Amino acid sequence: MTPLVTPTVWQLFTGFSAVALSGFGGVLPITRRTLVEKRRWLDEAEFVELLSLGQLLPGPNIVNLAVMFGDRRRGLPGALAAVAGLLTGPLMVVLTLASLHQRYGHLPMVQHAISGMAAAACGLLVAMGVKMAWLHPKNPRTVAVALLAMAAIAGLGWPLLKVLLIVGPIALLWAAREER
Amino acid sequence: MHDESLWLEIAWLCLLISLMAIGGANAMVPEIHRYVIEQRGWMRGDEFAALFAIAQASPGPNVLFITLIGWKVAGWPGAVASTVAMCGPSSTLALAAGRTMARNPQSRWRRVIKSGLAPLTIGLILAAGWVLTRNTVHSWADAALCAVAVAASLYGRINPVWLIGLGAVAGVVWGG
Repeated sequence: MTPLVTPTVWQLFTGFSAVALSGFGGVLPITRRTLVEKRRWLDEAEFVELLSLGQLLPGPNIVNLAVMFGDRRRGLPGALAAVAGLLTGPLMVVLTLASLHQRYGHLPMVQHAISGMAAAACGLLVAMGVKMAWLHPKNPRTVAVALLAMAAIAGLGWPLLKVLLIVGPIALLWAAREER
Repeated sequence: MHDESLWLEIAWLCLLISLMAIGGANAMVPEIHRYVIEQRGWMRGDEFAALFAIAQASPGPNVLFITLIGWKVAGWPGAVASTVAMCGPSSTLALAAGRTMARNPQSRWRRVIKSGLAPLTIGLILAAGWVLTRNTVHSWADAALCAVAVAASLYGRINPVWLIGLGAVAGVVWGG
């Protein structure tokens, strides 16, 4: 195993920019491949640790991971550089695309293309939910909590805060009873 | 069209969502939809779906969808404000947690939170799929395309951006 490399603040910016700009449909897989395998900035164990903590916390997982990793290596400037790298380039790209859409969106051909893209993107999100539900261990608790959350939002149209305040405690207390 | 004076309101919405965002940005689709369409009427359902598609077709984290919502509502100031507001509070929390939390991922309460919130996140993502479908699928052609994307991403190992590209081509061909 090659030894680990400690990135500079600038390298944190460019490194996270590079993974963000080459990651389509979620940046997580390419982040692991680039930072763990290619650049050797951290090892597998630390990556898993940061990711599991990032998933536990609210907010975008990959942003949380970048914040914690940048902070560990270079303190606050490192954390800011990593997040700025992750967001700046993709923000320019996505806003350019959206501006083009605004300018040319009235053309019938663009409208057809966009509605086709939207149908495919919608399918990707549905598949993501189905895959997560399918791969997750199924027991009465997980099925009940997932259905409850889904019914509260899709069926009853509850605001997220109400769902979290009512379904959240049920989910956590039930899990606490199981995980003794 | 957008109204730049709304940037503060959209930023405030994102600030609140930031700390509720378990399961990442995709799980927040229903809440954003509820606020910007049902409550405020800032855009139509098909515009919401188009922004989601553009975000998916772009490289970068899923949170960019929220950038686009901010842009649609309040232009460039809205785009920047919503992105910063969406990432700021959660990142501050991550910074604090990264510095103070024990490095032991097997501690009991971490296991409880993880195992308790996982099915909740699944429910949120499934609800997000439902909300988006209602705003996207208006014809048999849409439904067929959506079904192909679901099947291809469940049974194949195809890069999502190719499926979106396929959707664009199919949309043009079918649309005439």
